[in-house]
Amino acid sequence: MSRTGEESGQLNYCFEKQQKYKRYFQRLYRQRYLFLMVLPFLVWVIVFKYIPIWGWTMAFQDYKPHFSFLEQTWVGFKYFIELFHDRQFYLVLRNTLVMSLLSLLCGYTFPIIFAILINEIRHKFFQKTIQTISYLPHFVSWVVVAGIFTKLLAIGGPINQLLLELGLLKEPVLFMAKGEYFWGIVTVADLWKELGWNSIIFLAAIVSIDENLYEAAQMDGANRFRQIWHVTLPGIRMVVFIMLIMSIGNLINIGFERQFLLQNNLVKDYSEVLDLYALTYGIRVARYAYGTAVGIFKSVVSIILLLVANTVVKRFNDGTAVL
Amino acid sequence: MRQVKKGERLFQISLYLFMIFMGLITLYPFLNVLAISLNDSLDTIKGGVHLLPRVFTWNNYREVFTYPNLVTGFNISFLRTAVGTGLGLLSTAMVAYVISCREFVARRLVTALFILTMYVSGGLIPEFMLVRKLGLMNNFWVYILPGLISGWNVFVLRAYIDTLPVSLMESAKLDGANELTIFLRIVLPLCKPILATIALFIAVAQWNSWFDTYIYCSGKQALTTLQYEMMRILQDVTSATTSSMYGINEYNAPRTSPESIQAAITIVVTIPILLVYPFLQKYFVKGLTLGAIKS
Repeated sequence: MSRTGEESGQLNYCFEKQQKYKRYFQRLYRQRYLFLMVLPFLVWVIVFKYIPIWGWTMAFQDYKPHFSFLEQTWVGFKYFIELFHDRQFYLVLRNTLVMSLLSLLCGYTFPIIFAILINEIRHKFFQKTIQTISYLPHFVSWVVVAGIFTKLLAIGGPINQLLLELGLLKEPVLFMAKGEYFWGIVTVADLWKELGWNSIIFLAAIVSIDENLYEAAQMDGANRFRQIWHVTLPGIRMVVFIMLIMSIGNLINIGFERQFLLQNNLVKDYSEVLDLYALTYGIRVARYAYGTAVGIFKSVVSIILLLVANTVVKRFNDGTAVL
Repeated sequence: MRQVKKGERLFQISLYLFMIFMGLITLYPFLNVLAISLNDSLDTIKGGVHLLPRVFTWNNYREVFTYPNLVTGFNISFLRTAVGTGLGLLSTAMVAYVISCREFVARRLVTALFILTMYVSGGLIPEFMLVRKLGLMNNFWVYILPGLISGWNVFVLRAYIDTLPVSLMESAKLDGANELTIFLRIVLPLCKPILATIALFIAVAQWNSWFDTYIYCSGKQALTTLQYEMMRILQDVTSATTSSMYGINEYNAPRTSPESIQAAITIVVTIPILLVYPFLQKYFVKGLTLGAIKS
């Protein structure tokens, strides 16, 4: 008696599935070395990178460290609501966004200009030397940079001395103690530190532009500035946009090292950023749920910004962007 | 014709002047600190030391090296830089190699897992709780483990490995080598330039970090890093309790001013990096561009 078409079809199906698994595991076994090599790091990435994301659930609970996950009481968005009702939070948000925007503007336009200028230097040795010098502040830690700037801006320091001698000041100013100057100081410090480094990518892009384009422009009678405007800038457009998107995505992740190191109690109203806020009102007072809520807020905003920036650039660039 | 030449010259001259100016404002602070560190502290207080020490002395450095906290700080910083860079480099390389193998079964999954880490992060507090739960508080390994692999580094390295000729690895396979051997004997040696770059990035990050000390190890004096000690000193510039911070007591009270000590420490902290990075310049320029283009 032969089996019906349907039954043998089902049997075939099971059989094939079995074969599929067998083949999969056979391949796995053949690649066992690869597998073993990557396994510890898979474990690592899950433990150190993904488990903390699970920690986001803390923000929705009335978190007490000594209770296990199942024993926590759920409070929903209570902490988020509390966050949005805190006056301090809006102040901190303002600080974060302002400093991020400033840093974006300066850390973006100046390196491009700097890269273009560096490219115009004819003397190879001079060019290399200046480049090397410009990277130097990037490699030094913020602890050192903060120390340097504090010294520079001190009452008896070089900046005050210079301004006094030039007659721009009647008496020395304690720059670091004035809240209104803080944003400017942070931006300048950041610029000083990262200008050279950020210009590397742009310079590489500029260098990769076809020489012939410049020659063609020259033959059309373009002087140096026109050449830059019509050849160089369009040539690095892609890189510029990609870097722009990535920078915007990180807008809110401005980090807190420089603020932490450059701030003092007098300028707190201007210097506190989201991460420091989470630190002070989260970890320090053991309000873990609250602090986590701040962190989640940051990540969400970051993703939104990234997506928005990506879409905008896509429109501009007819369809090509990072995502 | 002459006008064009004149304009050109003017531009070149102003360009050079501008660049020299940029170079100066970049270098000046460091030279200033160097001068102060080599200057007698009592003389420094009078002010006005700019680029050259007026009263040369090694005393500041001598003081710095006698402070127990700073010495342990230096040792810890050195240790974590060495261990962190070594392990981090090896780990990054292994992951990069595995995901560069086109036939690897779980390739897409692993790649995605690592890419995602570049954009999404657990946040300060969950990471903090994790470290606590794992018993890594006040533990040396908290300097190494959480930050072991950076997604960025993995992809830069993978981009480089992708440029290596596949035939090389295939012929090795035919000769009977397994992937581990291929990795160690063929791929790694060929990747030396990019490995140097990544090593530099990791090393600099390790040497410069202080925040992890601040959060996770501030209770254990023996584990503080140099940068952290420096930060503490800077935060307490005019504090009268500096003596307790340096770990000294009335038996070896400081003979130098805080400012001079600060200057000396700054130089000590910066010198290792200064000595290394110019030589690796072409490597990290390449590495950065590879990374940016690939992403």
